[in-house]
Amino acid sequence: MQDGDVVLRTDNLRAHYVLDIPGGQKVVRAVDGVSLQIRRNEIYGIAGESGCGKTTLMKTLYAAINRPLRLVSGSVLYAKDGQELDVYALRKRELRGLRWRYMAYVPQGAMSIFNPVMKIKETYRDFLSSHLKGKTAAEMFEIAKDHIDKLGLPISILEAYPHQLSGGMRQRVAIALAALLRPSVIFADEPTTALDVVVQRGVVQLLKDIQADLHNTIILVTHDMGIHANVTDRLAIMYAGRIIEEAPTVEIFRNPLHPYTQFLINSLPQFGDAGQRVSAPGQPPSLADLPSGCAFHPRCPKAMPICRELRPDTIVIGEHRAACWLHAERGTAQDAAYS
Amino acid sequence: MFIRNYLIPRLLQYFLVIFLGITIVFFIPRMAPTNPVERTIAEIRSRGTYLDPAYVQQMVDALTEMYGLSGSWLQQYKDFWVRLSTGDFGVSFFQFPTPVMTLIKRALPWTVGLLFTTTVFSWLFGNIVGGIAGYAHNRRWSKLLDGIMMFIRPIPYYVFALGLLILFGYVYRKFPIAGGASIGRTPSFTLSYILDVLRHAFLPATSLAVLGAASWFQTSKLIVQNVNAEDFVQYAQLGGVKESRIIFRYIIRNAMLPQITNLALSLGQILSGALITEIVFSYPGLGNLLYSAISTGDYNLIMGIISLSIVAITTLVLIVDLVYPLFDPRIRYK
Amino acid sequence: MVMPLRSTLKELFRDYRFLCAFIVLCFLAALAVLSFFSPYDPTVWYYAPRDLRPSAQHILGTCSRGQDIFWQATFSIRNSLVISVVAGLISRIIAVVVGLVAGYQGGKADRLLMFISDGFLVIPLFLIIVMLAMLIRDKMNIFTTGLLLAVFGWAWDARVIRSQVLSLREREFTKTAILSGTRTLELVFKEYMPYITPLAFSTLINNMSWAIGMEMTLSIVGLTNMDIPTLGTTLKWALNYQAILMRRWNWLLTPVLLSVLLFIALYWLSVSISEYLDPRTRVQRVGGE
Repeated sequence: MQDGDVVLRTDNLRAHYVLDIPGGQKVVRAVDGVSLQIRRNEIYGIAGESGCGKTTLMKTLYAAINRPLRLVSGSVLYAKDGQELDVYALRKRELRGLRWRYMAYVPQGAMSIFNPVMKIKETYRDFLSSHLKGKTAAEMFEIAKDHIDKLGLPISILEAYPHQLSGGMRQRVAIALAALLRPSVIFADEPTTALDVVVQRGVVQLLKDIQADLHNTIILVTHDMGIHANVTDRLAIMYAGRIIEEAPTVEIFRNPLHPYTQFLINSLPQFGDAGQRVSAPGQPPSLADLPSGCAFHPRCPKAMPICRELRPDTIVIGEHRAACWLHAERGTAQDAAYS
Repeated sequence: MFIRNYLIPRLLQYFLVIFLGITIVFFIPRMAPTNPVERTIAEIRSRGTYLDPAYVQQMVDALTEMYGLSGSWLQQYKDFWVRLSTGDFGVSFFQFPTPVMTLIKRALPWTVGLLFTTTVFSWLFGNIVGGIAGYAHNRRWSKLLDGIMMFIRPIPYYVFALGLLILFGYVYRKFPIAGGASIGRTPSFTLSYILDVLRHAFLPATSLAVLGAASWFQTSKLIVQNVNAEDFVQYAQLGGVKESRIIFRYIIRNAMLPQITNLALSLGQILSGALITEIVFSYPGLGNLLYSAISTGDYNLIMGIISLSIVAITTLVLIVDLVYPLFDPRIRYK
Repeated sequence: MVMPLRSTLKELFRDYRFLCAFIVLCFLAALAVLSFFSPYDPTVWYYAPRDLRPSAQHILGTCSRGQDIFWQATFSIRNSLVISVVAGLISRIIAVVVGLVAGYQGGKADRLLMFISDGFLVIPLFLIIVMLAMLIRDKMNIFTTGLLLAVFGWAWDARVIRSQVLSLREREFTKTAILSGTRTLELVFKEYMPYITPLAFSTLINNMSWAIGMEMTLSIVGLTNMDIPTLGTTLKWALNYQAILMRRWNWLLTPVLLSVLLFIALYWLSVSISEYLDPRTRVQRVGGE
């Protein structure tokens, strides 16, 4: 892996929700030791069941954490203008300067992310005027119009109020808005959830078009393995606040190492296959009360005694990384190879 | 769509409420065990005046006519509406023969002036301060303000006004404690007269404004705290939109919407507060007029004040409700 | 929202506002109970010398009507509480019935009932109450006063209960119950009441404080029975005897302070309970009720 290619790097990142409850504190370990290297010009997928910490990971990477969520350890480093930038060391104003120009965010649930009393063009104007200096209202409107037009969305939406747009259209506007200032990194959190299949395809295509145009990095979170198969270049599987497997998407689908990944892939419907879809038995664990050892062991059909005792290290096999005792013998431990 | 789904039902409700309200006002006295004529005569007797039986009969007839109680109920009901629409509520009994309307017209400017300024002021002030306090709800000053409001908010107008009266009228004699202006001054548009009116209005206005603002403050603070957690506010923050813009165009702008509806709902309550405040400070408005009408049993005057107030308040509520869609496009373009 | 009583109380008492309010209300309730042991008949005048300062014999002094201020206060607290409880309980019954019927039945019944309650919210109710009180002035006692206030104090809370019922109707257990042939009444009492009771209780407190305030207002205007000592009539008598001008603070301030204590305690209780019930929609009703 060439370091020059890496746009975002984290090292043993931990972010926990610390809640005050009667008689003490409750700690929800939503992000619990995540090490990632995400490259320029790729669509990086993060998959996992709901409640595994995906959204929290995205917020932490985007440096948008608010109480009760706290950064416990690790750092988030971005490559910008040939330097590494620790976003948690920045001042509030500097961080705001990165927003939308360098990195942009498409939040989950686009149904309600637009101010209900403002037209879409006013949202555009707010985002533009907060990051571009010395533009008149008319110029900003022109920029918005060109941008919308280039992405193939109807210009009339600028004059609409959010409640007048369909869910799919709102989602597309949210994605378009993220690409407005040609950022280097776009975070997209569950952009296709709650949309029907036909609309999903349009949204996915928009993401792909934007990436092809900007040659930037898109980090795409969704629990839908079908979308990952279609869109992402590399894929990470998240379970209970940790990345348990990561590889090029093709490789993961061809040769899943972790039993959990195997469940995720097997739960996908396939053509010509009438067999029953098997998903992982049981429920994902509570992040406030994780099982000992490998967090997946209570649901794992291949669990061994050691899985209950010790948490597996991440091992590296070429482009493939996995944290599972089944494969512990096959590669080098992560610490040596990765940081 | 807006007209059919919002405007027409709202107007319909308005007319129905007025119709029913006035009908209730008409029927209540007629269902009562004693009729107002007997009551008036009993009032006069209870003051120790001896009444000649022949004279009593004459009086009964005159009062029956005056109170619009002659003829069948249907006839009376029709007459009632006719009188209402022409603003003719007959003459006051205890300030005979001044027409009720004249008395009301004399008192109205004082009440409207007091009520309008204090309502507008406390709504704006309470909402803005409450909004900012809600945005900064983790700051110490915000918590302190909230704590103070927990004491002021539950106190009823009457007790609060009385407290102000004792404090400023008797302990520190800084403000006049009664009347709308100094006795014997003729109304004029001179600076000294206006200052005199303002000085007299200070205590009643303060009692209304403080309690009003306290209540708006609390509601507004809670609404803002909830709006603060809305997706669109979080999104604007993720997008690095300027903070001042987020506070005013995203948070306060949206938090205002329920407060407009609440303003409409509170108008009826504000009226009762204002009437009571006027009584405490002997302010020459409708409240005081109603008070003296009740204590003297001036039947026509009471009916006049109540009917007019019902029409006025429901109209105000209607206006607020009709203004609402201007601020909320979701209603405007359904 | 359905929760065991004991853990609910434990949780509530952790809120200092609930604790303070509870202590104050216990104190006031104790005063009200004391009235049963009063050595004096509250309707008798001049059983003591007039306008005495506080002393061992009359701990708060006496008023210009020759009555003991302390014992009079115990009666006034008791009667004001009785009025508010009568008004609160009866209007809760109306509110629950209206809310249940409107929410469960839907359709025409719903539209009619909500039209009526809308009307109640829009009209200046105070004036209607004044008018009614005027006409039954001779028959005003603590029960008729309570009843009068009950008739007008349900509209808002019926709406609150209705929206709760509407959301319950959408839940799974309603559908299963209906499909399995449970009778409507049984469904409503067994399944809905556990959700509605806490609502009725938290609105009861608001309503009680509204009723006490209304009673005081009516007394000040002179529309209640002045022979029955309540917080309102006690204050009214003090004002009638020019207690402010004569600086009889012990007479005037007793009902004022007691009522302030009562209002603050009831308000804190209701804020604390409604925050417990629904931390997000802690928005209190505006306008004093």
